[in-house]
Amino acid sequence: MVKVPKSPLALKSKESFSMHGFGYDSSSDDYKVVTLSHYDTDNEHRPNDTFVDVKRGVWKRVDSSPYDHLAPQLPHWDMSFSGGFCEWGLSIGWLVTENRVPRLLLLLSIPAPGGFDVQMFVFNKLGGCLCLINARENGPMDVWTMKESDIDITTLSQSGGKNRKSRKCRGAIRKYEDLSGVFEKSIRRIKGKKRLRESEGKEEKKPRDSHLTPIRFPPQKMTMNQRNTIDLDQGWDFMQKGITKLKNILEGLPEPQFSSEDYMMLYTTIYNMCTQKPPHDYSQQLYDKYRESFEEYIQSTVLPALREKHDEFMLRELVKRWLNHKIMVRWLSRFFHYLDRYFIARRSLPALKEVGLTCFRDLVYQELNGKVRDAVISLIDQEREGEQIDRALLKNVLDIFVEIGMGQMDYYENDFEAAMLKDTAAYYSRKASNWILDDSCPDYMMKAEECLKREKDRVAHYLHSSSETKLLEVEDLSRMYRLFSKIPRGLEPVANIFKQHVTAEGTALVKQAEDAASNKKAEKKDIVGLQEQVFVRKVIELHDKFMAYVNDCFLNHTLFHKALKEAFEVFCNKGVAGSSSAELLATFCDNILKKGGSEKLSDEAIEETLEKVVKLLAYISDKDLFAEFYRKKLARRLLFDKSANDEHERSILTKLKQQCGGQFTSKMEGMVTDLTLARENQTSFEEYLSNNPNANPGIDLTVTVLTTGFWPSYKSFDLNLPAEMVKCVEVFREFYQTKTKHRKLTWIYSLGTCNINGKFEPKTIELIVTTYQAAALLLFNASDRLSYQEIMAQLNLSDDDVVRLLHSLSCAKYKILNKEPSTKTISSTDVFEFNSKFTDKMRRIKIPLPPVDEKKKVIEDVDKDRRYAIDASIVRIMKSRKVLGYQQLVMECVEQLGRMFKPDVKAIKKRIEDLITRDYLERDKDNPNLFKYLA
Amino acid sequence: MPRTSSRKGPTNSSASSNSSTVDLFRAASGRAASKELERIDQLFYSYSSDGSSMIDPEGIESLCSDLEVDHTDVRILMLAWKMQAEKQGYFTLDEWRRGLKALRADTILKLKKALVDLEKEVRRPSNFADFYAYAFRYCLTEEKQKSIDIESICLLLDLVLGSQFRAQVDALIQYLKIQSDYKVINMDQWMGFYRFCNEVKFPDLSNYDPDQAWTLILDNFVDWLKSKRG
Repeated sequence: MVKVPKSPLALKSKESFSMHGFGYDSSSDDYKVVTLSHYDTDNEHRPNDTFVDVKRGVWKRVDSSPYDHLAPQLPHWDMSFSGGFCEWGLSIGWLVTENRVPRLLLLLSIPAPGGFDVQMFVFNKLGGCLCLINARENGPMDVWTMKESDIDITTLSQSGGKNRKSRKCRGAIRKYEDLSGVFEKSIRRIKGKKRLRESEGKEEKKPRDSHLTPIRFPPQKMTMNQRNTIDLDQGWDFMQKGITKLKNILEGLPEPQFSSEDYMMLYTTIYNMCTQKPPHDYSQQLYDKYRESFEEYIQSTVLPALREKHDEFMLRELVKRWLNHKIMVRWLSRFFHYLDRYFIARRSLPALKEVGLTCFRDLVYQELNGKVRDAVISLIDQEREGEQIDRALLKNVLDIFVEIGMGQMDYYENDFEAAMLKDTAAYYSRKASNWILDDSCPDYMMKAEECLKREKDRVAHYLHSSSETKLLEVEDLSRMYRLFSKIPRGLEPVANIFKQHVTAEGTALVKQAEDAASNKKAEKKDIVGLQEQVFVRKVIELHDKFMAYVNDCFLNHTLFHKALKEAFEVFCNKGVAGSSSAELLATFCDNILKKGGSEKLSDEAIEETLEKVVKLLAYISDKDLFAEFYRKKLARRLLFDKSANDEHERSILTKLKQQCGGQFTSKMEGMVTDLTLARENQTSFEEYLSNNPNANPGIDLTVTVLTTGFWPSYKSFDLNLPAEMVKCVEVFREFYQTKTKHRKLTWIYSLGTCNINGKFEPKTIELIVTTYQAAALLLFNASDRLSYQEIMAQLNLSDDDVVRLLHSLSCAKYKILNKEPSTKTISSTDVFEFNSKFTDKMRRIKIPLPPVDEKKKVIEDVDKDRRYAIDASIVRIMKSRKVLGYQQLVMECVEQLGRMFKPDVKAIKKRIEDLITRDYLERDKDNPNLFKYLA
Repeated sequence: MPRTSSRKGPTNSSASSNSSTVDLFRAASGRAASKELERIDQLFYSYSSDGSSMIDPEGIESLCSDLEVDHTDVRILMLAWKMQAEKQGYFTLDEWRRGLKALRADTILKLKKALVDLEKEVRRPSNFADFYAYAFRYCLTEEKQKSIDIESICLLLDLVLGSQFRAQVDALIQYLKIQSDYKVINMDQWMGFYRFCNEVKFPDLSNYDPDQAWTLILDNFVDWLKSKRG
């Protein structure tokens, strides 16, 4: 068993036809496997013939035979080898030797009693002679041997033993047929056959049909058997019959289909007439006659049929005629194929197919294209007016415009597109001016919208009729792009419509989210945030979709990028249910980046999503607001150990940096770095404690030292810490002083967490609370009962904070404190008591303290930063310009700040006023619209 | 005095020339001027507190009662403008002289009459803007003060523009009192009010262009007026 390697040259099996041959090649003492394969789809014939030396296992490409393409039409074939040549045969009587130069040896017909009802076909060497073994089920077995050019036939009578052999033959054939890698070398292939006697003349069958008389060709190697010269008239007569038959078929007249023999004979006739010695080489004449056949048919039949029809009927006739014409070209170019191979190739003449199509173009298309165009446009206009039209017909007609160009779009563009564009423009401007005259502005807008929607509906309808939904829609947009790109400034209205459409879809998403949010609010407030999450997802999807259109259909044209950008800017800056889009995006990121966020995604999906969110950020004008919200949430993730993955944190910062610049992310990067430094700091603090046992406060203490400027600003109240914690703070301060001088530590207790043991009567429970809560609870170590006022005074906190933390300890899930009176809210007259009966099934519980709503503070902070930013920008501008008009100043200011936020003109005015008060600027005395910089 | 001796010469000369006539006139007027100046100074000292070089608020009040005008009367402000008085509630001797000399008033009676002409003078467009700006500056009483509180601004507006632009001033004052964006007004905004009264058609506001560099408070004022109108 030898394993034949898979051919690297092989064509894809599904798309190609291939056949295999196997034989021994004495010249190289090797067995060879040959595959002849080719694409044979829709008239395209691309051969790819290869062989492999079985021993060496190397595949090589061989020149393909010009007759390959006939093979698949024939039911049986086989191949063999000798002396480095591949020889193959085809069941209806081909014999071909394949060498470097392909050569047709002999075309013969097998005069078998069963006609072509051949069951098996083996072609091989028999005693040094090529032979054909033609086996039929329950019939005699024919053996044809070829001595030089003569054919001998032996018919074997049917017998059991012989049948066994024929079965073996069949086995061999089958093996060749399903060759897929493994080949068994079969040596018995000829042994049995050798016993067959080659009996000359005996039982020789004469062809029954004169058409099938063996025709011999004059290969040099063989002894010539003179072939009668065919003269032009005689040969053409024969061809004419075939052409007439073809026309009859096209015209729908009763006529049997072409058989393989018919085809073979027509082909052979052409071959013969082209290969006769001059002056009997009729190649040129046949080439001309080929063209004339089309011209004659068109003049006599096609044109009259078209001329008598009009409008839609004419279009239908045209589509039919074009289809027929293509069939005619296909068949005739096959009959005349030999011309293409040698005569045309050598003289660089237009190929047969091209000649055929040119005939139609010159005679039919040139005469009718104007009429066709008008008919098509009139149909399109009818549809625009709401009538039903045959869209398939339209598409078929337009395809003619494309196909007639044979690869070039010129005909389509010049003869149809240009006029169509003109008409479209005229149609809509006519409509528009009517509407403008008749309607109010909103009505006009609505009609324009409606119109746009109808175009969409039309497309949608069109798409339903076709199976390739997406493809066609895209194609349609692409076509629209191509159409409109042809007229100067033609793309602008399209881009505009595109923009309107994107805006409408985006605004619908906003509306949807808005509705969902307000419904949710009515029901339950808890899951607010989920809608926003969904909303951002949908916006991302929308962006993906339209970005694909811009890239694929609108060829990345800047006009459409601009339209997309402007559309997204419109609805991305709307915000949902009181939350700005900057906040929504920051929340979205937080949900992805924090532990146990609502989105469960793979690392790749997270990366991809973050990438897209950052892209969306480009459309948000309040980037500073995003940054502030993002920083707040990042701070929570970092400080409360809620960040799911450090790499993702850094990755999104890199993305943000790329898009918004280093200044944008410097604080955030500082925060991430701070946390790393804080961990190192903690380690050295612990070392310090172990080296100074006296200093140890007796409580585990972790301090995260942060750099003030990087982090959001937190209020640092003077909470009265419990004595235990005061010790902690002092110890740390001492340690910190050993490390750095001139640095001030500000303690933000509101961000602290404490683990304290609650010694309740049933059992001791570890409570995880905030520093505020811990400070409040520890007060009850000294007193059993404390009033609200006492607690507030001892903690030194504001009412808001005291209410919040007492609520968390006495009114929420875990009631560590008993409140009098036992109500759901905290009042300043309440009295509290440690709940010693408290218990829970867990040994450790976390008592959450709801965070203060940070939104207001974030917005305030951003507003303050903006004031500084505007001031700085105005001063920068005025410093360089000295004197500047008001509008110019506002414009430059907006431009300078646009990367971070979109400053409100009012805000700028207000800052100008302030700068005037502060003597940075003054208004020109004569021109109140002019400002001067005061150095 | 050299002046007296030189006066003698030309007087004695029979051939009186043009120049000598001028000299004569000059001498006469010089004499009159010095007399006038004396009287102006006397008048000053009659209002200034003992030995002081300033008339203080109390003195101004008695001046007003002698002139028979209220001390909040716009004419007093005009008088201050004429004197280019720097500090609200005070007139220095220099300021007093500057003002009264220009008004050619060396008695209370003359001053009282002069106030009528002064008002006409101030109302002349070429002077009014200067007066209007002066009115603002005059109210800056503290060191480095740049702005004036809304309440005072309302009074001042009424005082200086009230007679000329009644409707505008009433609306503006009403707005200033209900708005909460501004607690003080700076000079630029103050000047903006005057420009507004002069240039913007009222009450239809048809030529108000918010794209111009109007102060924000005027933008807001116009928005408020429009929303009020519906």
